[in-house]
Amino acid sequence: MQRYLFSRLIQSALLMVGVLVITFFMVRLTGDPARVMTPRDASPERVEAMREAMGFNDPLIVQFTRYMGGAARGDFGRSLHYRAPAMSLVIQRVPATIELTLAAMGFALLFAIPLGVFGGSRPGSIWDTLARGFGLLGQTVPNFWLALMLIVVFAVDLGWFPSFGRSGPISIVLPAVALGFFPLGQFVRLVRSATLEVRGEDYIRTAYSKGIEERAVLGRHVFRNVSITLVSIVGVQFGYMLGGSIYIESIFSWPGIGRMINEAVQARDFPLVQAIAVFSAGFVVVLNLLTDVAYALIDPRIRYED
Amino acid sequence: MRIDALDQENVRSPFQRALRVVFRDKAGVVGVLLFGIVLFSAIFAPYIAPHHPLQQNLRISRQVPAWQAGGDWEHPLGTDNLGRDMLSRIIYGSRVSLTVGFFGVLISMSLGMILGLVAGYVGGRTDNIIMGIANLFLAIPYLLLVVVVAAVLGRSLFNVIMIFGLTNAPLFVRITRGEVLRIRKSGYVESATSIGARPGRIIFQHILPNLIGPLLTVATFEMSGMIFYEAGLGFLGLSVPPGVPSWGNMLAAGRQYIQFSPWIAAFPGLAIVFTSLGMNLLGDWLRDVLDPKMRRSA
Repeated sequence: MQRYLFSRLIQSALLMVGVLVITFFMVRLTGDPARVMTPRDASPERVEAMREAMGFNDPLIVQFTRYMGGAARGDFGRSLHYRAPAMSLVIQRVPATIELTLAAMGFALLFAIPLGVFGGSRPGSIWDTLARGFGLLGQTVPNFWLALMLIVVFAVDLGWFPSFGRSGPISIVLPAVALGFFPLGQFVRLVRSATLEVRGEDYIRTAYSKGIEERAVLGRHVFRNVSITLVSIVGVQFGYMLGGSIYIESIFSWPGIGRMINEAVQARDFPLVQAIAVFSAGFVVVLNLLTDVAYALIDPRIRYED
Repeated sequence: MRIDALDQENVRSPFQRALRVVFRDKAGVVGVLLFGIVLFSAIFAPYIAPHHPLQQNLRISRQVPAWQAGGDWEHPLGTDNLGRDMLSRIIYGSRVSLTVGFFGVLISMSLGMILGLVAGYVGGRTDNIIMGIANLFLAIPYLLLVVVVAAVLGRSLFNVIMIFGLTNAPLFVRITRGEVLRIRKSGYVESATSIGARPGRIIFQHILPNLIGPLLTVATFEMSGMIFYEAGLGFLGLSVPPGVPSWGNMLAAGRQYIQFSPWIAAFPGLAIVFTSLGMNLLGDWLRDVLDPKMRRSA
């Protein structure tokens, strides 16, 4: 176990170095980062001033060493727009995004688990049709469009929820539903097929033949098996929602990382964009590491694979 | 009657098998139909669109759809904020979506297949390097990567295609490599190697034909995904230039009028749902036809 843990740690650290390299070159893709970071109609003098201020005139290797050195100290330069250290701006926005992501995850699991278990345990029933329908819709309805339609129906027409902002628990409902809809579909699919698979196992049939109530069988035996499969995909979905939050937070004016990315991109504030990219990738790397470790703890076969 | 006859025969050719699955699987038929409609409107857009997609008429701006009070059948889905015909713009918008989806998948699949083949077949250090880079790109939240690169490069159709083509390749690398490793372990590759078949022959005769099924299935889903992401980039103002009628650009414009003219955002979104529903059903069906292990027949 310790050896496995150690090798996974090394891997994650290497991944983070790779992420830093990518984010360094990402803003230099066009070959002229100063031009990218200034408005389209900026005068040549202004571009030159930016080039000088950001140190883009130095040899690439000097810039790279400076970037990596800064990153090691948690310093990602200053935001051009806010004129403040980029990483601390990102950190300030984290709680709002975590709150939204957790709410969306809660919504998705709350609906997906019963739907998937009932659907999978009664193939061909109305539950099954519903489960398959949501599984398909989750993959085919874009969350940014769903968000707009939710606003039209529940905020504009019915007036039940606010259409933007982060004020009180009621304001999180619409963004959480919009963001959680895709994971909902994925979870329903997974839970349904896992339930279908487990249904045929001997111990389930034994449980039924002992005369145990269906609800107890589903809860105690079927769901317990399904939940192991769920663990593996929950982490992945958190990573996905970090991306999806770019739309959802922008649409609902939710003050998190997603909206910040959109604003930073529109304002061509690339030091801030870099900081967000590094933070998000780091978040996903740590999440994957935790998922793998949790898995290795549950299932000893994984540790010895390689 | 025909279905029964097909079921009873021991059908062997892939074509007959496909036919049989088509008849059995209504969802597959629906998928083909939906995708067919989108493809048809993309190819024949100038002939079926009632108006020119860029023709403005501010006197009829934000006209409601035909079935609502105040609408007319001259503009069945109403008009947008500049009085342009919604239906015509949606029909033309399918061109952008399908172009991005098709070429994006073509690039990422070709690239991914080559690298995956090399990684899986050569193994060793080459494998480690290729997979290391692929996993690195898979570690960054995909949407974030795409948004940032699109913002740096600027708005153009070519850029969008290249972004999706390159950023999506790691996925195909991973799938190809996995399949190659699986196939290499299979009996027929081992026996081919043991009678002295050259690597070229093994790759082209034994490995490639087996790769087509899984890759084509993934390609369908990925194309649907790219159509999704292209619209998303357009929504953020990062895809094709603002003048081009694309579903994402239409959504971005419609967002500002969501309160009083919700149809401007609603219809392009429905077009995305329509297309992606078609492609997902098509993908599920392809998986059934092409992957014998997953086939539903008893």
